[in-house]
Amino acid sequence: MTVPVVVEQIEKDFGAYPALRGVSLKVETGELVALLGPSGSGKTTLLRVVAGLEQPERGRVLFGDIDVSTLSLRERRIGFVFQHYALFRHMSVLDNVAFGLRVRPRHTRPPADEINRRARELLDLVQLAGFEKRYPSQLSGGQRQRVALARALAIEPQVLLLDEPFGALDAKVRKELRQWLRELHTRLGHTTLFVTHDQDEAFELAHRVAILNEGRIEQIGTPREILQRPATEFVAKFVDGIVWRGGEAVRPVMGDSLTPAPLADLSMSA
Amino acid sequence: MWKRRTRGGSSRQGPGPESSRFFCFFKRFKEIARDWVYCYRKWRHCGATHQRRQVVRTALTDESLLRGLAQGDSLRLTAVGSWTAQYAADLERLVDRAVAQGAAVARVDLDMAGVDNIDTYGAWLLERLVRGFAEADRRITVVGLQEHFRGLINEVHQSNHKLPDIPAPGVLVSAAAQVSHAVNLIRRDLLLYVEMFGALVLATLRILIRPRRFRLTSMVHHLERVGWRAVSIIVLITFLIGAIIAQQGIFRFRRFGAELYVVDMLGVLVMREIGVLIVAIMIAGRSGSSYTAELGSMKMREEVDALQTMGLDPIEVLILPRVVALVIALPMLAFLGSMAALYGGGLVCWFYGGINPDSFMEELRDLSFNHFIVGMSKAPFMALVIGIVASVEGLQVKGSSESLGMQTTVSVVKAIFLVIVVDGVFVTFFASIGM
Repeated sequence: MTVPVVVEQIEKDFGAYPALRGVSLKVETGELVALLGPSGSGKTTLLRVVAGLEQPERGRVLFGDIDVSTLSLRERRIGFVFQHYALFRHMSVLDNVAFGLRVRPRHTRPPADEINRRARELLDLVQLAGFEKRYPSQLSGGQRQRVALARALAIEPQVLLLDEPFGALDAKVRKELRQWLRELHTRLGHTTLFVTHDQDEAFELAHRVAILNEGRIEQIGTPREILQRPATEFVAKFVDGIVWRGGEAVRPVMGDSLTPAPLADLSMSA
Repeated sequence: MWKRRTRGGSSRQGPGPESSRFFCFFKRFKEIARDWVYCYRKWRHCGATHQRRQVVRTALTDESLLRGLAQGDSLRLTAVGSWTAQYAADLERLVDRAVAQGAAVARVDLDMAGVDNIDTYGAWLLERLVRGFAEADRRITVVGLQEHFRGLINEVHQSNHKLPDIPAPGVLVSAAAQVSHAVNLIRRDLLLYVEMFGALVLATLRILIRPRRFRLTSMVHHLERVGWRAVSIIVLITFLIGAIIAQQGIFRFRRFGAELYVVDMLGVLVMREIGVLIVAIMIAGRSGSSYTAELGSMKMREEVDALQTMGLDPIEVLILPRVVALVIALPMLAFLGSMAALYGGGLVCWFYGGINPDSFMEELRDLSFNHFIVGMSKAPFMALVIGIVASVEGLQVKGSSESLGMQTTVSVVKAIFLVIVVDGVFVTFFASIGM
């Protein structure tokens, strides 16, 4: 059961420093949206607000049509994958995956063998069958991140949130996992929000990409839209492969010719 | 220098067992060739520099780089050629002279159209010229600068400005600012501690309603770590402290022939104050720091966040078992520590003071049992203080390992300080109720 996510006019300050200044965003059911931006642009903060790890000053987040501020973190049922895996070191791989289910209150908790069966299934799904008894320290980075994803999926999340999931991995593993994650997403179809600073990752994986800068969304659209019609100068400068020349975006898109795209409807910030 | 080094090296080496005569000859030949190349390069280099200098002197005179023409109250400067590092020395002189000339006029026009090449030196000298006039309150207009130099010129224009003088605050003001900052930090800390205490009370109440949620395994684990494993070091140190107190007491009291009263002093001091205080301080250093480090590293690796997203309360899961373990362990350790201190003191009394164990025990029995109760009743509160400080500081850890180390240190210092403060509060409390 996955739901659409609506973010409405979220504002969040850290002390005097505004981290998010009125961000609105809608993620459709089963859609994969990437939040892309330079460091300090507020993308992780936005993800943490959606997860309920940070409280926004203003604005609200809806899962379906329920305002999540009325829900406890448990009721939100979020699958969160962290950049540094955040696996529990003293638990085996199987226990890590099963943990989210085992700690449920008794009336909603499945029986023990059901939990084990489901955890094993998930390990199968992330191609780690046979690693049940190992500990996180005995796994490679890519394997750990897959365990983290299995753990996030174990609680049957309504929404999947990934915070730079491949940020700590080397380029090769990252590429493999990217491919794998896309297949997994097509299979499972969770509504997914996904933070990254890797442009290739964002444009390759996501249905839509939201580009953040200084706590605002500069543009949101499909990869093609962004590459062909960057809405602001910042987007054009930030995204590789767009040449911005005097208020016009010039960009070869996947073999297209080098003709400048007309940008009549452009609202440019000086 | 270079020659000497290679030659010295080769003579030192000598013929090795595998080096043939041909090899020696070859080596020598190589050295000679290298020397020749070196000399040739040096000669050529000298020649080249010499030639270049000549070019500078003959082809480019002062006038060709920056020419000045005074017309009434305005000075017209025309710049041509390459404003580059090569001519920087001449140009610098010209620029300085132009600035000096400009002192006599009201308006300066600079035509840069003739400049076909400019680098950072040139750009900086232009900037110096402009600033020189600007400082002397002369109006200067620069025209004809080629467009593609614009970026460099602007960049130079931004740099090397004197910072505006910010008046340094007076001694009193800065002292007051520091005090207010410190007070703010203390206030923030106290609020955090109170908040944590409240959260712990709430978590305890929730556990009381549903006791099965308490993480007994975790609590027992921490009990073993902070309690059982600390026994040996605690006993050893308190034993020594008891012995030292007894020795000092006997040494001083002997003058008055009042050695026997050392037993009273030892008993009161150890049971009321020293036993529990020393143990609490040691536990703050030993276990408080490890709590902070553990929680801090979990916070750093986002494990705390991971727990939260699974709907668990980190206070209930991580902190409550630790604090409960500490509250159970500290009184036990304080008891053991007091006994060890009395034992150490007793041994010193026997061997050093000649008070045999029977009279030692006799004297100890005469003491009021209140002393023991006073000492023991302090222990759980001190444990609570240590636990709260350690947890709060642990959760304050930000993403870096520096902050982890800093918070651990801070945690120990604050915990020890607060333990002593709490002890002081208890002293006044028990004094006022007459115990």
